[in-house]
Amino acid sequence: MILTDGLTRRFGSVLAVEDLSLSIADGEIFGLLGPNGAGKTTTVRMLAGLIGVSSGRASVAGLDVTDRAQAREVRRLVGVLPEEAGLYGDLSAVRTLDFFGRLYGMSKSARNDRAEVLLTRLGLWERRDDPASTLSKGLKQRLALARALVHDPQIVLLDEPTANLDPEAAGVVRDVLLELKVQGRTIVVNTHRLEEAERVCDRVGILRTRLLRVGTPHELRTALTKSRTVIELETVRDPDLAVLRDLGVDAVVVTANRIEATLPSRGVTSADVVAALVSGGARVTGVFAVEESLEDAYLSILGDLT
Amino acid sequence: MTVADVLTIAGKDLFVTMRHRSIVAALVLFPVLGGLGFPLVLVFAGRKTGGVPADVLPALLTSFQFFFVVGAAILPTAIAAYSLVGEKMERSLEPLLATPTSDVDVLLGKALTAVVPSVVATWIGVTVFMTIADIQAHGTLGLWFFPNTTALVVMLLLIPLVAVVSAEVSVLVSARANDVRSAQQVAGLIVIPFAALYVASEVGAISLDSGSMLGLAALLLVVAIALFFAARAAFNREEILTRWK
Repeated sequence: MILTDGLTRRFGSVLAVEDLSLSIADGEIFGLLGPNGAGKTTTVRMLAGLIGVSSGRASVAGLDVTDRAQAREVRRLVGVLPEEAGLYGDLSAVRTLDFFGRLYGMSKSARNDRAEVLLTRLGLWERRDDPASTLSKGLKQRLALARALVHDPQIVLLDEPTANLDPEAAGVVRDVLLELKVQGRTIVVNTHRLEEAERVCDRVGILRTRLLRVGTPHELRTALTKSRTVIELETVRDPDLAVLRDLGVDAVVVTANRIEATLPSRGVTSADVVAALVSGGARVTGVFAVEESLEDAYLSILGDLT
Repeated sequence: MTVADVLTIAGKDLFVTMRHRSIVAALVLFPVLGGLGFPLVLVFAGRKTGGVPADVLPALLTSFQFFFVVGAAILPTAIAAYSLVGEKMERSLEPLLATPTSDVDVLLGKALTAVVPSVVATWIGVTVFMTIADIQAHGTLGLWFFPNTTALVVMLLLIPLVAVVSAEVSVLVSARANDVRSAQQVAGLIVIPFAALYVASEVGAISLDSGSMLGLAALLLVVAIALFFAARAAFNREEILTRWK
């Protein structure tokens, strides 16, 4: 379990993370969303015991990351994938994993076994002896992920794991995340990719120095965006638009014979809209609810602050 | 400190740095040029006079021997720059620091990578030099000049201590440098005081006897200890991740 309470980090006069309080359960995939400079990387580094905190508390698997000795144990427990792959260009995939496995105190046979499992799963086994500098960007990122997982950590902290990857490479990384979830690992993932957060995360937190919202992707979508409904009519007439205005539907987009109506937050449903249109003489041929995306919710939350 | 981690980091760094031709060339050429070059100087210096005079030869041999101390100052800067600034440029320090390894283990591993090959290369060079020069000088002096107390102080104290100081200076420079070349150039300034001592001994301004060598070794030990604490302060993960650019 990962717990933070009032976690704050300043760099001189710059406030990177302020009063972050979070609880991430064992086996959960938690996504941190936010624009550049929102404090996501700083948060991951604090949770990994890599940098100190200015105030507040944070614990990972019951260990206090603000305590120097315990932070070292935290680093033993967690696997970290930094924003940049940061591989040694001259080392092959096998040597890279062997080096890091040694630093985690793994035996030679455990290192060999683990390297074979990870490199095979991540599609790198055929390239295992090639220097990292010769790998494509996608393969480098896979190798960096293998490095983060070499010691079989129960907690994994990933900073933008699919940034700048092509869809295929990003898909492989996502699949691995879902496999880790099935295995019961706790994962914190920083991402800009909202569709990725929606697909893999149990809950997401939207961060901009402060934690603005936390919830499941569904909760954020439904709570923070207004419902939209597309109504198809035989013909869109002026009286139909007047009916909608009377109902308090504040945004209406007309395209040919379609009306896209953004409903008020409370009190008016799609059924109410259709009933009012029909009673006004409109001939309705179709009604569709528009599924809001996490991106809409994200932009709505950030938009509220600007 | 975990010795296994220090050796693991040093082993990896050695593997990586030894793939750079310029470093390998420096480690090979320095002992070859120093070990063979100075005996050749003795040959040419005494061509017209039938050999270097016996009253000049001991001071000359001691000065030449001190040149290898200068080499011990140069070589670690080349390796440490690759080992530290290279990692900085590849952004590979963060994954390393995310392991349970302590800052001191990483620092010592990197220092070991810079010091050990440099000291070994310098020892090889000075051994070659002393062997050949001894054979050359035996006829003139009527005795085997090397090894002597001064040579032992140079080999066992000065060369390792200078290499350590040079590696520590490189760590401090690497904290600010953004590319390998500039790190090497700035850290290379460490050679100036030793080169100055070498020139001073060549022109007879100072005497490099075993007493002055021991005094220099004691001073270097103090400097090495002070620099270790300075390097440790500069090389902590908080500093590296938030300030090293």
